[in-house]
Amino acid sequence: MTFMLLDSHNRQGMAKTSLAPCSRAVRRFGLTDLCLFTEARYTRNPAVADFHAAFQDHPMALEHFPSGSFVPPPRRPESGAP
Amino acid sequence: MLDFALSSLLRRKGKNLSLVAVYTLIVFSVASLLFFVQAMKRESALILEGAPGLVVQRMVAGRHDPIPLEYAGTIAGIRGVAEARPRLWGYYYEPVVGANYTILAEYDGTGAQGVVLGNGVARTRRLAVGDLVTFRTYRNESLVLPVREILPQESELAAADLVVLSEADFRTLFDFPSGRATDLAVSVPNPREIPVVAGKIAALYPDTRPITKREMLRTYDAVFDWRGGMMVVMLAGALLAFVVFAWDKATGMSAGERLEIGILKSVGWETSDVLLLKFWEGAAVSLAAFLAGVLLAYAHVFLLSAPLFEQALKGWSVLYPRFRPVPAVDGYQLAIIFFLTVAPYTVATIVPCWRAATIDPDAAMRS
Repeated sequence: MTFMLLDSHNRQGMAKTSLAPCSRAVRRFGLTDLCLFTEARYTRNPAVADFHAAFQDHPMALEHFPSGSFVPPPRRPESGAP
Repeated sequence: MLDFALSSLLRRKGKNLSLVAVYTLIVFSVASLLFFVQAMKRESALILEGAPGLVVQRMVAGRHDPIPLEYAGTIAGIRGVAEARPRLWGYYYEPVVGANYTILAEYDGTGAQGVVLGNGVARTRRLAVGDLVTFRTYRNESLVLPVREILPQESELAAADLVVLSEADFRTLFDFPSGRATDLAVSVPNPREIPVVAGKIAALYPDTRPITKREMLRTYDAVFDWRGGMMVVMLAGALLAFVVFAWDKATGMSAGERLEIGILKSVGWETSDVLLLKFWEGAAVSLAAFLAGVLLAYAHVFLLSAPLFEQALKGWSVLYPRFRPVPAVDGYQLAIIFFLTVAPYTVATIVPCWRAATIDPDAAMRS
């Protein structure tokens, strides 16, 4: 347990260095969000998305509203468009 | 007393080992979740420190719409604003791999041609610097561009899906109207002036929505709180099942255990001594499971990059960043995990222990 806390403390000290490439990308391109959820446009940039965006892309994706749990996902159009 | 408790536990090896295994699994789940959520909250705050102080979007009929570039000039003139830079960005669906890219135009003033790719895009398309990459424009024409730079793998958490073009290529790709941008990034050197500037912009242009950096950071706090909360609700079922399991194990005393208590009481042990023995037995099981669960969770989240949570976070994403969270473990988190796991076990076992300790020795030995 002591080793774990020491390791945590050491790596926290190095966090600025290890996260520097991410911070540089944020400053260089003026990014507003983490690239964690790329499945739909309102999940990619939640900080600047519409306030409520249910049914926009994938209704089965993690939604804001309970109704999102009941509507099945849309079929991908024949054209291959998103 | 501790020696006696340990040897007593070892006499029922099978039962106690299965209990410790289930208990460790519960501690592992709760601790992994807590460690991951706290680490992500901290990381998002550190990474987004350099985000624009204010982003101004234009709204038309309640939806986000391209903003006229004239707005940038007026906003730049507000006292306290250092710069109002137009941002051109959008999303591009790549049907070959089924991924959504974030397309961005870079205003670096050098007029450099070609694209800068996030490492996730380069990885999934197997592209290297100098390769050609093709996009289908909104006029249904091919736009072929050379890869100029690939962002380092360590930047994936912020830029895995990024494709950076020149302004001209961006406008060609999306047939984007000239004289407009996606939104404006406003730089305000004094952070305390940001809300005031946001208020002035909203008053000047009622069709805009200013989003401050604090709101952006709050979004991530809320996202991880919500996701953490959802997982805690799911884990609550598992915790409840564990309480039932612990209760069952503690109340379903074998004849051997009853005999043991009976003999101990008949040779002069008090009820308090038996209770103390049971307390030490419980403490040994709890602490062993707590230590094992916490250490396994630490390794899972911070050494193996939380593979068990990846599917939940990934959802339908094709591009998922490869990253290893930086630990943010402290005594407060360990105390929460201890309370969430050890307290239910103690509560579930204390009553059966008391009932066992007050048993009549004669009846216990006869049974």
